[in-house]
Amino acid sequence: MTGGFTIRNIVTVALLVALVLLPLYAELAGQRFLLTLFTRIIILALAAVSLNLILGYGGMMSFGHAAYIGIGGYAVGMLAHEGIFSGFVQWPVALLASALFALVIGALSLRTRGVYFIMITLAFAQMAYYIVAGLARYGGDDGLTIYKRSQFVAPLDLSNKVQFYYVCLALLYGSIYLVWRLVNSRFGMVIQGSRSNDMRMRAIGFPTYRYKLVCFVIAGTLCGLAGALLANHTDFVSPGILYWTRSGDLIIMVVLGGMASAVGPLFGAVALLVLEEALPFVIKLLGTPFFGEAAARASEYWQIIMGPLLLLVVLFARGGIMGLLAKVRAKERA
Amino acid sequence: MRKTLLVASTALMLAAGPAMAQQKTIKIGFVSTFSGPTAVIGNNMRDSFELALDHLGRKMGGLPVEVIYEDDQQKPDVGKQKTEKLIEFDKVDFISGYIWSNVLLASLKPVVDSKTFLIIANAGPSQIAGELCSPYVFSTSWQNDQTPQAMGLYMNQKGVKSVFLIGPNYAAGKDMLAGVASTFKGKVVGQELTTWPSQLDFSAELSKAKAANPDSIFVFYPGAAGVQFLNQYAQAGLKGTIPLYTAYTIDELSLPRQKELALGVPGAQEWVNDLPNDANKKFVADFIKKYNGSRPSFYGAQSYDAVNLINSAVVATKGNLSDKEALRKAMEKADFKSVRGKFKFGNNHMPIQNFYLQEAVKDASGDFVLKTVATIVEDNQDMFHDKCPMK
Amino acid sequence: MTLFIEQCLNGLQFGLLLFLLAAGLTLVFGIMDLVNLAHGSLYMIGAYFAATFAVWTGNFVLGAVLALAATLVVGMAVEVIAMRRLYGRDHLDHVLGTYGLILFFDELVRVIWGPEGLSLSLPSWLNTSVQILPGVNYSAYRLAIIAVTMVVAGFLYVLVMRTRIGMLIRAGASNREMVGALGVNIKLLYTLVFGLGAALAGLAGLMQAPILTVQIGMGENILILAFVITVIGGIGSIRGALVAAIFVGFVDTLGRAFFPDLLRLMLSKDAASTAAPALSSMLIYLLMAIVLVVKPEGLFSTGQK
Repeated sequence: MTGGFTIRNIVTVALLVALVLLPLYAELAGQRFLLTLFTRIIILALAAVSLNLILGYGGMMSFGHAAYIGIGGYAVGMLAHEGIFSGFVQWPVALLASALFALVIGALSLRTRGVYFIMITLAFAQMAYYIVAGLARYGGDDGLTIYKRSQFVAPLDLSNKVQFYYVCLALLYGSIYLVWRLVNSRFGMVIQGSRSNDMRMRAIGFPTYRYKLVCFVIAGTLCGLAGALLANHTDFVSPGILYWTRSGDLIIMVVLGGMASAVGPLFGAVALLVLEEALPFVIKLLGTPFFGEAAARASEYWQIIMGPLLLLVVLFARGGIMGLLAKVRAKERA
Repeated sequence: MRKTLLVASTALMLAAGPAMAQQKTIKIGFVSTFSGPTAVIGNNMRDSFELALDHLGRKMGGLPVEVIYEDDQQKPDVGKQKTEKLIEFDKVDFISGYIWSNVLLASLKPVVDSKTFLIIANAGPSQIAGELCSPYVFSTSWQNDQTPQAMGLYMNQKGVKSVFLIGPNYAAGKDMLAGVASTFKGKVVGQELTTWPSQLDFSAELSKAKAANPDSIFVFYPGAAGVQFLNQYAQAGLKGTIPLYTAYTIDELSLPRQKELALGVPGAQEWVNDLPNDANKKFVADFIKKYNGSRPSFYGAQSYDAVNLINSAVVATKGNLSDKEALRKAMEKADFKSVRGKFKFGNNHMPIQNFYLQEAVKDASGDFVLKTVATIVEDNQDMFHDKCPMK
Repeated sequence: MTLFIEQCLNGLQFGLLLFLLAAGLTLVFGIMDLVNLAHGSLYMIGAYFAATFAVWTGNFVLGAVLALAATLVVGMAVEVIAMRRLYGRDHLDHVLGTYGLILFFDELVRVIWGPEGLSLSLPSWLNTSVQILPGVNYSAYRLAIIAVTMVVAGFLYVLVMRTRIGMLIRAGASNREMVGALGVNIKLLYTLVFGLGAALAGLAGLMQAPILTVQIGMGENILILAFVITVIGGIGSIRGALVAAIFVGFVDTLGRAFFPDLLRLMLSKDAASTAAPALSSMLIYLLMAIVLVVKPEGLFSTGQK
């Protein structure tokens, strides 16, 4: 994030501006669906940004980050189900519940490291999954429909699609800024230092366990915010949003975007979700002139391309999209 | 990155292009499961839907028809998102499909809010028949409780004294077990719900059923789970000792894999492939011809009826889709030839219909097929219609 | 009492089956330090091969043997083409890359065999129940699974503890670099170990096939359980995997069998029947969390990972 006209910075600014202008385009082109799609992308990007804080900067490979989306979402859903619609109650409860959960599982999980850390965070997330699936009052496995979105003061109306989009976007940009400030502070230096060499940081005299735990709680809370937004976006919560594959999706976004950057996860989220929507179209589009009807059916098999694509990213594009953009710059210099 | 965006938006626009170019088409969205193990159900529904359109010359009231199929991946949240996409982006006139009760319940709000007509081709949660009924929502299937209720009646006729219930832990599973318990006059000695759809090994549940020593076991396991259940039921040594009664567990899609294990196991259904009416004979014969010998299922029959129901309303209103009130009235008449014979709607837009007893048999050429054994109940209406505010 | 014995047998059978999956996983994990999410795909492929070959040959056992060989070959091919390039990378890269492989295999199977899945019928001598104790009948096939897995566990014990390859495997699990430094052909060893793991996963898959039918994505739920076992047992330890697998098998089955009744004593009937299946599935994860909090490197850790 250093200044100057590097390719990477230009593309970043272009994406940030494009997202601000998107509702305008959606309105003019009559493509309101784009607004719904991108609201979802932005919310998941917010979750990915929060995961990046612990995963990318802190080296804590949490495989249970979707749990906070679920906790934030269910906090909103359950309160709405009980007739409490005020966002001034719902959102703080969502954040607090996520923070508390992060505190407890962080305190236990951070005793382990490496693969054991991956698995223990997964275990806690799965427990959360099964607990909400067992809540008969709140729909159990079937999930819970939210009939009214969070209520705020007069001009702010979350049922208005454009307004809701900008709320999500503002929160996302705010979070990116927060993460960026955080990792460049003294606190962030300790966290990053402990990623590269935990023992040395402790020897210098930093109680890294406590630093990491605080970082873990901040990330969980931010992700809980994403959960509250997602519940409002879909008007529905189900245990599915906590399942381990969703945590996997978030990891993919972070790695795809590039872990070394605060905006990387945003790129990852946009790339992954747009690809998911577009890949079937592209197969159909390119295939139809040659294979006719068969291409339409083949487009349902888009994952056969998506899978190896992920593997290729891992093998040949370390550093993800941000890494690639940095490389473009390096080549130009040479 | 911008390239991906560009490709995506061009693709999205191209897809929308042809629809905008024509002056008027009837657009129908169809949400079902086209990926994962239960895709076989979604494909059978789609094939039947397509066949019905072929039979209509792909026109309704002189207007061309365009269908957009969307995959819900058997997940409520995905189904809801796809439903919203069909309403907001494709701006469809009708939505149909929905195999799963939980997917349907999640998707209901955007449909009702936008006043788009919904013709449910399978799922039948009790809420839709009762307090959540809507002027814009119709069903060509059944309410979940009806089929197991019919099974309960049949078990009374057979003089069964006690039953052990096993089913999956989701909206329809709970409705099914409640349904059979509501009409069965004997004793329910035990009930087990299993995690759905991830739990596939029923050994613990079968052992418990065996220990309870009931007269009979009732199960509801749609799709592949039905095959697994019959396998494990036989392996546990229960076949031949404790008789099995089912709903939606043995059908044309699972039968080719259940084979001998399904023989002699009764199931209740509102449609069977050998029902003797002309519409049904044409449907079954043409389906087998068009799809190289694969057979239609009740899921398909309901989808086929859904097309004809939509067509009847479009024809009656002369293609004027903007007058929703007239369209609704035309739909309520159900003026079409259903493949299940008699068909009419109750006040809650759920069908009032017969239920039959079906059994698997081996036909002359050695294939396993389902055949009607008896009519269990005639003109059956669901028990939630009183709770529906529409009169 | 008969019910309890039966449920214990169910638990043992399930546990031993999980052991087959976990053994391969823990070997690959311990020796190559590779987190292989695609292990479940090999389980699925084993089942698909078995169902196909059994129909071709008309013989269940012959089909199973062919499927085992075929899965071994596929496993080694996957190692040579893809996995080899992931060694020495970050665990995160493993997770991402092998997750991509899952998507690929699921779709590939759908293209080749279609979406509806296959079924593998048992020969009639296995498709019954036998009396094991007076008044206790048990599925013959599940007994056969218990027997086969016990034989395989014994074979693995001999292979790992009594042969030269086993010695290298054990050495590799505790100190990878040293084995390489001693001039052992590491590449070949890795391919063999991965193939062995694949064959074990394939065996688990083909044995589950007649019980669960063969379908896309069948490996994904069970994969997580296998990981749980690997971690509880301690990465790289076959013995740990065996103990943890049987433990998890019992907790899962007995939990499902008796937890709902327990819950019914405390909650209303409706709430209990919704909550019970979910909460009994949770027990395993609770178990893992407790083990890791108490012993952060699993029960039988083999070395610094």
